[in-house]
Amino acid sequence: MSEQTEALQELGEHIALKMPDAVRKFEINFGELTLYAERDAIVSLAEFLKRDALCNFEQLIDVCGVDYPERGQRFDVVYHFLSMRMNHRIRVKIKTDEDSAVPTLTGLHPGANWFEREAFDMYGMRFSGHPDMRRILTDYGFEGHPLRKDFPLTGYTEVRYDDLEKRVVHEPVELTQEYRNFDFLSPWEGMTSELPGDEKAAEAEGEGA
Amino acid sequence: MADDMKLLPEQDRKFTLNFGPQHPAAHGVLRMVMDLDGELVTRIDSHIGLLHRGTEKLLEYKTYLQGLPYFDRLHYSAPMNQEHAWCLAIEKMLGLEVPRRASFIRVLYCEIGRILEHLLNVGTFVMDAGALTPITWAFEQREILMGFYERASGSRLHAAYFRPGGVHQDISQDLIDDIMAFCEQFPKAMENFEGLVTENRIFKQRNVNIGVVTEKTVMEYGFSGVMARGSGLPWDLRRSQPYEIYSEIPQNVFPVIIGKNGDNYDRYVCRMEEMQVSNEIMKWCIENMPKGPVMAEGTKVTPPRRGEMKNSMEALIHHFKLYTEGFHVPAGEVYAAVEAPAGEFGVYLVADGTNRPYRVKLRAPSFAHLAAMDHLCRGHQLADASTILGSLDIVFGEVDR
Repeated sequence: MSEQTEALQELGEHIALKMPDAVRKFEINFGELTLYAERDAIVSLAEFLKRDALCNFEQLIDVCGVDYPERGQRFDVVYHFLSMRMNHRIRVKIKTDEDSAVPTLTGLHPGANWFEREAFDMYGMRFSGHPDMRRILTDYGFEGHPLRKDFPLTGYTEVRYDDLEKRVVHEPVELTQEYRNFDFLSPWEGMTSELPGDEKAAEAEGEGA
Repeated sequence: MADDMKLLPEQDRKFTLNFGPQHPAAHGVLRMVMDLDGELVTRIDSHIGLLHRGTEKLLEYKTYLQGLPYFDRLHYSAPMNQEHAWCLAIEKMLGLEVPRRASFIRVLYCEIGRILEHLLNVGTFVMDAGALTPITWAFEQREILMGFYERASGSRLHAAYFRPGGVHQDISQDLIDDIMAFCEQFPKAMENFEGLVTENRIFKQRNVNIGVVTEKTVMEYGFSGVMARGSGLPWDLRRSQPYEIYSEIPQNVFPVIIGKNGDNYDRYVCRMEEMQVSNEIMKWCIENMPKGPVMAEGTKVTPPRRGEMKNSMEALIHHFKLYTEGFHVPAGEVYAAVEAPAGEFGVYLVADGTNRPYRVKLRAPSFAHLAAMDHLCRGHQLADASTILGSLDIVFGEVDR
């Protein structure tokens, strides 16, 4: 464990030293190295990661988005790289929002094409310079970005075959029973160590003493 | 034939062909819009997502345990291998140790899953190339293996057998003996299969030097599994980033099988050899399987024992809380990957400290492989496209998620 972490620490320091403009910081959790990078420097960083002899991250394993709606720049774009030769992995995270575009990695890693299309489809983040930016997983003519946190689980439309019109029709979702989304984080159910109101007891004790 | 039907001049023999979404060689619901120049493929535009069920979105609304069965429905011909990645991700975050016997059972069933998947793949693959008999032999073996799935988990396909902290129930000695008996007869069955296919002239003509994957392609498109090994890269997560007890398996039992030319035929041969290796690993697991518990004990992640529940109030409360509220995973993020039959199946899990995941990204190997379809097929004949697709080992459950 420690030996592995040390190697990752060295690797992180090496990258941070060589690419000071691109890397904001790095950390190691659960034996995994995460780089927090600048959005506009992602291509040069990926190129460095690919070409540098110590890094050698030749494979782009995955690109995905994460949505934090309460944040100013609400999306994270998370890249996972793998080096088969050096047998190590790295995760690179950048921030973006609905309007600003992320430079595409398709020039360096053609495999990024579909992953970026998927991220666009699911979150609506833009990738500049992408050769073929279309939706990929959702239906033809779909509207909205389903993995955003403000998109309801049931969606907005449902489809069925209309026997009178002899075609598939789209209609607003009608649920016969509301989706039962239990909130286990309410003070009665959750496992928080301190419940709202507990501070009053402490105050009362303070007064009594 | 009417007289006015003349052959078009050569530069005008360009077609756009719609392949699928309902096509026996599409291995599911894949629609490919192919640009053809005569018989040659000049471009393939794959339309996927026809089986998209929003698994990632659903997982955000389910507790960790409720989310588990969704993994069976990804790569539905080797369900337990997917569950495995999910369990590993959760266990990594919780720092949970899996009992030794559970590790052995997991490896045993992962290898059963690998054989299941490879049998399906080589069966359908040779069917794409025109051989109709071998698939029935492959499915005969699959049927026996799914019986083992059923006897361990209660269901043939959607097992939900691997749980965070171990496996759901112990397997009986009877079952272990029957698996051993299967392992004894399996090489013979594969010999019959190979006798029909491997040296077959038509099969070789359709596949040797077709769909060649170079090392460059492997790197650029993020290939893994047989797609990488078929091209001579000795990369197997079970060996290079071992999990469970894979690191203990001796080299002579579990060598990494690699191909030479990276064409369809090499990938087929790799899969056939890997099944033999899986068979050996299963035997090794059975011979070395220790006794003991199959679920981590004394944690809030795993259910209490049945007998304990009848006597202890705390155990009963624990059981109730576990199956209603579920367990909480500390905030953080991990990426856990397993060597699924098709390649690297990864789970990127972002937890926010509640009983439900904040974000789950499923990294499916078939998705990356299918993304390279256009690159692999360019310049090939139309008929080659279906054999290349067959050799990619695509399962739409995990491509579309």
